[in-house]
Formats: sequence, C-alpha cells, structure tokens
Amino acid sequence: VLHCTRQLHTTQQSLAPLPPLPEKGGEVRHGLIPEEFFQFLYPKTGVTGPYMLGTGLVLYLLSKEIYVINHETVAAACILSVIIYGIKRFGPDVAAFADKLNEEKMAKALAVKNEAIEGLQAAIEEEKKEQWRVEGRSYLFDAKRNNVAMLLEANYRERLMMVYNEVKKRLDYQVAMQTLKRQKEQDYMIQWVEKNVVQSITPQQQKESIAKCILDLKALSRGAHAAA
Amino acid sequence: LPAAVLLKDTKLMDVKLGQLPSWLAMRDFTPGGIVGAIQRGYNRYYNKYINVKKGGLGGISMVLAGYVVLSYVWSYSHI
Repeated sequence: VLHCTRQLHTTQQSLAPLPPLPEKGGEVRHGLIPEEFFQFLYPKTGVTGPYMLGTGLVLYLLSKEIYVINHETVAAACILSVIIYGIKRFGPDVAAFADKLNEEKMAKALAVKNEAIEGLQAAIEEEKKEQWRVEGRSYLFDAKRNNVAMLLEANYRERLMMVYNEVKKRLDYQVAMQTLKRQKEQDYMIQWVEKNVVQSITPQQQKESIAKCILDLKALSRGAHAAA
Repeated sequence: LPAAVLLKDTKLMDVKLGQLPSWLAMRDFTPGGIVGAIQRGYNRYYNKYINVKKGGLGGISMVLAGYVVLSYVWSYSHI
C-alpha cells in the first residue's frame, strides 16, 4: 500500500536512462603513471621534467640503499621482462577479443530493444485497426436486426399458413359431411320411390301395359310398312 | 567577485601550504567519515580507470604497482 502523503522524486536529477559509459579511461603513460602527473609538472619543467624526477628518485633510492639489490631484484627483472614481452605481443589481440565480446552484448541488447519496439508498434497498428472496426458496428447491428425481423416474419407467415390449412380442413370436412348426407338421402329416396313404384305395379296393370305396347308396336310397324 | 569558500570545503589541491595543518585538522576522522572517504576514493578510481568501455592496461597495473611498493615498504626491515 503506497501512502501518498510522502512526496516522491523530490530531487531534480534522476539517473534514468543512465548516462553512457565514457569511451576511454584516464590516460596512463608507460602503464604506471597517470597523465595528470606529467601535465602537473609541464608548466614548471617542460617535457623532460617528470623523467628527470624519476631518474633522480631511482638513483637516490639505489645509492642510499633504500632499494636493496639482491636475488629478488634479478627475479623481478626477469618476471617483468616476460610480462612486458607478453603484453606487447598479445595485447592488441586480447583487446580486439574483449571488444568483440562487448559488441556482441550490445548487439543483443539492441536487438531486444528493437524487437520490443517493433512488437509495440505492431500492437499499435492492431489497436488502430480495432478502433476502425468499431466504427462498423452499427452496420453489424442493422444486419442482425434485419435477420431477426426476417425470422419473425417467416415464423408468422408459417403459422398463418398453418391456421389457414387447419380451418380449411375443418370446413372441408363439414362440406363433405353435408354432400354425403344429401347424396345418401337422394339415393335412399330414389330407391324408395322405385321400390314403391315397382310394388304398385299390380299384375293386371302389367298385362294391360304389355298389350298396349304390343298394339303400339304393331301400329308402328304398319306405319313403317306403309312408308316403305 | 567569487564567493569566499570555507576552508572546510576546499579541495586538497587548492589549499595553500600554510593552511595545510588546519585543513587536516578539519577533516572528518570518525569511523563513518573514514569509511566514506575510502569509498569515495575507490569510486573515483573505479569510475575513472575501470568502468569504461575500452579500459586499458593502466587500470590494474597501477593497483598492482601500488601493492608491490606497499609490500616492499612493509617488508623493508626483513631484507
């Protein structure tokens, strides 16, 4: 939990991003004495001043036996000569190798940074595209609304059709019932009339009708003979 | 007209020879002060000679030479 009553970042300077490392270190002459010493003595003694000082000091140390010459001196001289020979011979190669290592490190860091930047820019592009897409949502909703309306309409018409069909079926049934009933009544009535008529024909009437028919036939045949 | 700087705040190279004892007396000799001074000295040397992109030979050779000289001084009586 951050208590926001305390003031943060009260100082002016903030060391981020860090300032880059200096390119080269302080100058050192002969690997041992910083250049500032030579510059310090230059106004008073010129160029050869520090060397004269060095020579005088060495002679003083030797003569007063502050620096004693013994077996260790010989050993130190041999070791120093070997070291100096090695440095003069392999120095530049080692320096180049170290520089290469540094270069690789820097290149990796830069690659990471660039990739991060590119990734973020791609994300920005995507975001802008999404924002553009958002503008089209009204069309999307219109299309959806149309779809829904069409579905409702289709459903409504379907049901209307079903209602119509059902009602028609019921009415057809009633009509069919009525026609059937009438037909049955007619048939029955015809049958009944025929039956009664046939019943009412007595044998007497049958003989009379047959005789009449024969007379008619004879008349007709006489008429046909006369005509022919 | 440059503002007068207190003797306490002058650097060693700007102190005149006559003022040297009083300047030395004003330094901070508490343990914390000594540790701070050592740390400042170390940081100065480190940032000038070692913490650079292309460091050279002088950075470590000066430390080794100083070590050689100091060990000679300490073992002078045994020679």
